Formats: sequence, C-alpha cells, structure tokens
Amino acid sequence: MAAKVILSMDGVQIKEFPLSKERMTIGRKSSNEIVIDNLAVSGEHAAIITILNDSFLEDLNSTNGLVVNGVATKKHFLQNNDLIEIGKHSLKYVNDQVSKTSAAEFEKTMVMRGPVKLQAAPVEIAEPAAGFTQTQILANKTPVSAQPAADKTDKIDVPVTTSQIAVVQILSGPNAGKELELVKNLTTLGKPGVQVAVLAKRPHGYFITHVEGTSFPAVNGKDLSEQPHQLNDHDLIDLAGVKMEFYFKS
Amino acid sequence: MKIAEALQIVSLTHPGMVRTHNEDSVGVEAACGLAVLADGMGGYNAGEVASGIAVSVTASEIAQRLQQANPTDMDTDSREELGVTLLRNNIRKANTSIYQASQSQPQYAGMGTTIVAGLFYDNRVAVAHVGDSRMYRLRGEVLTTVTRDHSLLQEQIDSGLISLEDARFSKNKNLVTRAVGIDENVLPDVHVYDVQIGDIYLLCSDGLNDMVEDADIESALFAMQGNLPLAAEQLIQMANDNGGRDNVSVMLVKILGDYAVPRSFSSRIMNWFKK
Repeated sequence: MAAKVILSMDGVQIKEFPLSKERMTIGRKSSNEIVIDNLAVSGEHAAIITILNDSFLEDLNSTNGLVVNGVATKKHFLQNNDLIEIGKHSLKYVNDQVSKTSAAEFEKTMVMRGPVKLQAAPVEIAEPAAGFTQTQILANKTPVSAQPAADKTDKIDVPVTTSQIAVVQILSGPNAGKELELVKNLTTLGKPGVQVAVLAKRPHGYFITHVEGTSFPAVNGKDLSEQPHQLNDHDLIDLAGVKMEFYFKS
Repeated sequence: MKIAEALQIVSLTHPGMVRTHNEDSVGVEAACGLAVLADGMGGYNAGEVASGIAVSVTASEIAQRLQQANPTDMDTDSREELGVTLLRNNIRKANTSIYQASQSQPQYAGMGTTIVAGLFYDNRVAVAHVGDSRMYRLRGEVLTTVTRDHSLLQEQIDSGLISLEDARFSKNKNLVTRAVGIDENVLPDVHVYDVQIGDIYLLCSDGLNDMVEDADIESALFAMQGNLPLAAEQLIQMANDNGGRDNVSVMLVKILGDYAVPRSFSSRIMNWFKK
C-alpha cells in the first residue's frame, strides 16, 4: 500500500490523498493535487516528493510556511504519523507498511538496474521473473505505485535497555571513589595496547570480557577465562590491581 | 616484511537471528594479502551460490596470478598496476560465471551478489566493490567509510535529498544499484589508499551496518583493537543483539608492520622504462 496523507480541519477528517505520484503539490489553486481552499494557504504552498517508500515534504516559498509536529520547517523527511500543519488545516502522513510486512520478508536486498535519476520520471518495479523471488530488478523509469515485495526495516533499534542503569565504582588506587555509569553499549577499562577489559551492555545484562594484556580481570576473587562473564549486583572486579564494584543503581 | 606477516586477518560469518541460511561468503588469501566478502541474493540457495562463486573466483584467480607476478607490476593492457587490474578483471570474471549459471539453470535465474575485496600490497590497499557491502577503516580512534555504496539511498544522500542522519530511517535501504551476476557486464569501483601501521580495515555485509550504528562499530573496534578475533565476535554479537535481521559477516585486517615492496635502483629504472 502506498503512503497517504489525511487532510483534517479542526480535528475533523476531510479527505485522504494516496501519494500515488512522485511529486504532489499542496496549495490553494485547483492545479494542485492536494487542494486546500483557505486564504492562509499559498497558491502553491508545498510539495511532497515520494521515492519508493520514502516521502519528503518541501516548502515552496509559501507565505505562511509549514509546521511539522509543532516545528517550523522548510524541508522534512516524513515519518509515519507526522502532522503537517498549514493554517487551520492539518495533513497527517501515514506510511505504516513496514508493520504489515512479516519479519521474514525484511531486508532482502534487491537490485535496481541502471542509474537512478532522482528528478526524472519515477521508477517502476518490474514483475519478478519466474523462478526467483528475492531479487527484483528495477527498470530505468517510473512510479511509486508498485511496491517492492520485500522491505527492509526502517530503523536501527536501540538495543533493549537493561532496565536499570549499572555503575562501576572504583574502590582502590588514585581514582578511588569515582563512579562510572555504564550508559554506553561498550565501556573500556584500562589502556588500549596495554591492559584492556570491556564492559558490554547487552539485552540480557552486563558482561565483562578480557581483551588484551597479561593479567586477566578477576570477579569476586576468581580469574576470568577468555569468555565473557555476566556481572551480578555488587560483584567485585579486580583489574590489574585496581578494585571496583559493579552494582545497579536503584 | 612479508605480506602474510605484516597483516593479521580475521573473518567471521553468522546467519543472524532471523534467516535460516547464510547467503554471505568470505575468503582469505593470506599469502598475497587478499580479503574478499560477498553477500548473495536470489531464491532458494541461489544467493549462497552467487556469493560463493564470486568469492572463490576472485580469490583463487588473484592468488594464482600473484604466485608469478607482483601486484606493483604495470599491466601492459590497462596501463594500471596489476593489483588494480586483477581485482577489476576477476570481479568481471565472477560476474560472467554467475550470469551464465543464472541463464542456463532456471533455479539460479536472477541470482546476484554484492562484493567487497581488499588487496594489500606495497603499504597500500586496493579496494574493489560492487553493491552495498562495505569497507571501513579505523585509524587512531576514528572510523571512516572507505567504500561508497552502490545503492538508491547513497544516491539520495549524494544528491542532497536526504541527510546522513535521516538516512537510517529510510525505507529504501535494501535497493542496490549495482550487483555482480545480474547483467552481462559489471563495473566495479576500484581505489587505492595508503595504509598506516595500526590501521584496522573492516569488510562487512549490510547485516552489520544496518543493525549497528557506525559509532558503536567504532567504539568496539577501538576498544578491542588488541584482540581481533574478539572484536569480530563483538561486532556480530552487537548485530544479533539488535535483532540480527540479516546474515552478518565481518573481516578484520590489521596492519602490523611495513610491507613496502623493496625497490633497488635498477628495478626503479626498469619500472620507469616499462611505463
């Protein structure tokens, strides 16, 4: 399904516009694809450019400008449920096709044939030739109406945060008393090239791994092997003589 | 220093958390300083077949040729260094093999693959690629992309339509504009860069860089530069922890020492004449 915008005024839905053309203009004049008959709207106010699954909103030097999700903007890469405000009217951008694709169909790489001319006529996706399912070839020109069978997920997920923030507090040596919050996915202890251990934040907990150096870190008095070791609340770490405590911040 | 001693090469590949089979292929020819990675596509097992052909043709042909020749030799036909010519020509050769197989066998119709290959010689690296498999370089604390994807998204970034920050929200990530084996001919990009001792080169399939942000790749490589096998495991683990929606392959090449080709005065004169 192609993306669409839904026009509303004062919270009342007026009309839906499927984004079926590469370039659709919004304005007061009847020559626009999306006509909003209101004096706050310029003759040609803005354009929505759609390339395959992505749509971009552009202000066409309108008098009153564009507001997307409460922020004034000239150019905006539209995301599902974005709200475009023009005067009393609003346009909601809906592109939820990712959620309709099953996980197994995700991110099969496809081939486009020939250089893509972004400003030229939009691109048509050829029907898959018999006998192959994953690779699709795109011909040189035309539109957005055809959707690729598969779709890659849209964002890199932020790794599931382990619910609590963990901290390492240094107990001995010149930095004794210092606290180190483990906010990054990977926290390095020691000095690269000499003695390094890393603390990795993973979906199911925190792990300490020896990277390099002659001495292996010890946890609760036991030397680690090459393998990552999962840390528990109030574990005591000894790294080359420096003692540290690992705990979860309450 | 001999090339095999000057480089440490580690490679690791994993099907990921969703796919049942692995369509990536990796190959190393340590004796001539070559690393090749390919990410295949096509129905059934055609993706594996395509990436497998690409890696084996490229790696074995180049290794065989370099038993008798030096990559710094000037190639008489192309008037380029042999290293560059070998990369380009053998990717084309792989293209022909895959294309012919896909034409003659219906179950392979439409198969293709991306490829990225690094040939290290004379304190340099020649990088060839087609599609969206990448090479990165870690120098000091900074990770940079060496290759530029042949993809719709990259073209949109280049034309200014979409910013680099917005690019990771694009729904068009999976469209490559070039691939090996889908047409009679292919045009690989080949570039040569100087290396420095301590550099780490990362070759990867998009299963890594789609799942893990560059900043996280950078910090993992920097923290684990002293332990390359662990660094490779960490990268794959991060991709899988973030969902592992695609096959993920990484190859790491660390520059341990100087591997300049020794140049005597007479050989320099000879090279000068050959030009």
